[in-house]
Amino acid sequence: MPMSPVLKRLLPPLLMVLLGLAGLYVVTVIYATGETLLAGVMLVTLVCFVWIYTSKRTYAYRYLFPGIGAALIFVVFPMLYTIRIGFTNYSSTNLLTFKRATQYLLEETYRAEGATYTSELHADGNRWRFRLEDADSGVTFATEPFALGAEGTHLTLKAQSATGLLPSDEMPLKDLIDRQPFLKGITVVMPDGGQVRMTGLREFAPSRPQFTHNADGSLTNNETHDVLRPNFKTGFYETADGESVTPGFQVDIGWKNYVDIFTDTSLREPLWRIFTWTIVFSTLTVVFCTALGMVLAVLLSWENLRFRGVYRLLLFLPYAVPGFISILVFKGLFNNNFGEINLVLNGLFGIKPTWFSDPFLAKTMILIVNTWLGFPYMMVVCMGLIKAIPQDLYEASAVAGAGPITNFFRITMPLILKPLTPLLISSFAFNFNNFVLISLLTGGLPDFLNTSTPAGTTDILVSYTYRMAFQDSGQKFGLGAAISTVVFLMVAVISMIQIRSTRIAEDTKR
Amino acid sequence: MAIVIDKSQRWRVVAAHLFLICLCALVIFPLLMVVSISLRPGNFATGSLIPTTISLEHWRFALGLPVTNADGQVIIPDLPVLRWLWNSVKVATLSATTAVLLSTTAAYAFSRMKFGGKKASLVGLMLMQMFPTILALIAIHAIFSRLGHTFPAFGIDSPWALVLAYSGGIALHIWTIKGFYETIPAEIEEAATVDGATPWQAFWRVLLPMALPIIMVIFLLAFIGAVNEYPVASILLRSQDQLTMAAGMKQFLYQQKYLWGDFAAAAILSGLPIAVVFILVQRWMISGLTAGANKG
Repeated sequence: MPMSPVLKRLLPPLLMVLLGLAGLYVVTVIYATGETLLAGVMLVTLVCFVWIYTSKRTYAYRYLFPGIGAALIFVVFPMLYTIRIGFTNYSSTNLLTFKRATQYLLEETYRAEGATYTSELHADGNRWRFRLEDADSGVTFATEPFALGAEGTHLTLKAQSATGLLPSDEMPLKDLIDRQPFLKGITVVMPDGGQVRMTGLREFAPSRPQFTHNADGSLTNNETHDVLRPNFKTGFYETADGESVTPGFQVDIGWKNYVDIFTDTSLREPLWRIFTWTIVFSTLTVVFCTALGMVLAVLLSWENLRFRGVYRLLLFLPYAVPGFISILVFKGLFNNNFGEINLVLNGLFGIKPTWFSDPFLAKTMILIVNTWLGFPYMMVVCMGLIKAIPQDLYEASAVAGAGPITNFFRITMPLILKPLTPLLISSFAFNFNNFVLISLLTGGLPDFLNTSTPAGTTDILVSYTYRMAFQDSGQKFGLGAAISTVVFLMVAVISMIQIRSTRIAEDTKR
Repeated sequence: MAIVIDKSQRWRVVAAHLFLICLCALVIFPLLMVVSISLRPGNFATGSLIPTTISLEHWRFALGLPVTNADGQVIIPDLPVLRWLWNSVKVATLSATTAVLLSTTAAYAFSRMKFGGKKASLVGLMLMQMFPTILALIAIHAIFSRLGHTFPAFGIDSPWALVLAYSGGIALHIWTIKGFYETIPAEIEEAATVDGATPWQAFWRVLLPMALPIIMVIFLLAFIGAVNEYPVASILLRSQDQLTMAAGMKQFLYQQKYLWGDFAAAAILSGLPIAVVFILVQRWMISGLTAGANKG
């Protein structure tokens, strides 16, 4: 059925208004939950969306918006956010926002004076009731029935005195343990007006909130009457004599992370060694891969050689196998005790190198594996470049009586090295951040012995920050982000060199 | 060839063959070894390259079937390999589709339209590509764990978080597709426009069908890229059942729990299809790229 022309003209703007309003509603809801940053990003996206898809002048941007938007939000924004985190104390001890840390403290309870009760949870149809028994007098009570809910819901139940047993079965202990997080949120009001909460698996006792929020932002401890004040320099609530109370919250600490990186010896020492190894590792990788790749490219471009296609395909295989698989395959093959490589070495020479526990051997192994992974790419690239060398150069050198070695060093290598330079630099940059290799092969191990935070002899900068943030040493997100920012700067420098060398390579081509 | 080959030449050919055969053997050795290990009984057993007794226990493990070991014990596989494979395929399909949708449209604007900031955004995209995602891992983790408080469907442990995180990495795809569009004469679309097509129709009905080969290539490349991606997957996915192949595979080779044979079977199961697809696409990619480069 054809739409009437008026409807057809009105439909798009109408839809746009509805979409815009719906978006605004969602943004408001998110803002209300306290996620200001998220709400802000969404609002900006929404405004751009409405503007671009309604204005005639922005027609080209309608095609760009989704792609560029995704790139800005999921690539550029995380990078800027990393730099931002580098100036905070975000870590496992200061994980929460100030608001959530305060909320957490306000939900803490302590056990007050008064009667305690042993409890049993009984089914009542498809709902549940607590049976409470006064531990001293033996008087029993029962609560009103309630349904099980999710963690974080708060329930207040009234209890009435009840004699005898409740009719149906008790909840099995295993389920009771699973339901703890929810059950702990239940407050039972006893007939005498006292309030009790669950303090053990089978126990209810009077418990009161640990802290009261004061008007000036401080918290009063109801048990000890201490006053806690938030310290926005350290990111903790502190007592009058400076004792900090966990959990902490995120605060800005200015340049402290950077100062630590460059002055704290326990941090600077391993960092410097890791930086050196990063450079050595990426340089040697590029050298080995290029050398092997180039020699193979020359051989495979030699027309007198048969079966070149077969060799090419076989030698290309390492590039086609997914990296996470081939790296793990090598991890197994190099295994000190049951690895096939040590088996062969043991059979041939009677040696069993400890590839994973000796720093030097571990580094050697990393280079072997990375050369295996990386040379096919260089081979393919060099073959393409060799094809572009004019054949008459070789004819002229043949007339002059030059051998293949002279040809290689005098003609082939000088001619392909220049257009290859940008690729060499980008390969250097790639290996500079070759996290997957290090993380899957050695995980940075073996560790240095004398460092405060775990740092490995085979760690490169990015795997070190990963360990710092996501592994053994207490989620130091802030410090890790600061190191990442420094690596950003290094990558920027490498990229600049690369762009310049690309330009030089292109200029000489003309 | 009728050219007389002298003696030194012949020796050189033989030497080159010898060298290449040795190197090929060295390069292929790890791959053949994995096939052999996957068919060998037991996780610690050693043996020759060609296994003397063939056992399918590792393949049964990888496929999630119960295994009866030598002492008659029945072992139920505890690493859900097929589940991971399915997660990988799911995430990769979704993110490759996203990548194609986002990059074909953006490349259209870049190759056919005039607008402010065109050159700057093209260069910007290229620069962005130079900074690896791994440097922003901490922020990505923070962003998605906070996003998860509000939208649990996009938080930690959700495949959608991964799809979103991958959706930004399309700079190279945009450049490749733009190069391909520029090999297609704009006159064809102009003719369509003269016949009354809107720019969108010219794009959707005329240009895209002609660009189908490059779209296939980009789809497969993005697919392979997403399957192989390890760092982001390893921080955004935590629970066993949500892991992708790339994030889960390392669990086979823990020091305390060394499942070498089972790993080999799982590695072939997930690696072989990807390697085959990659070799096939690779030729396409090179021809697609050079076709674009000649014109641009």
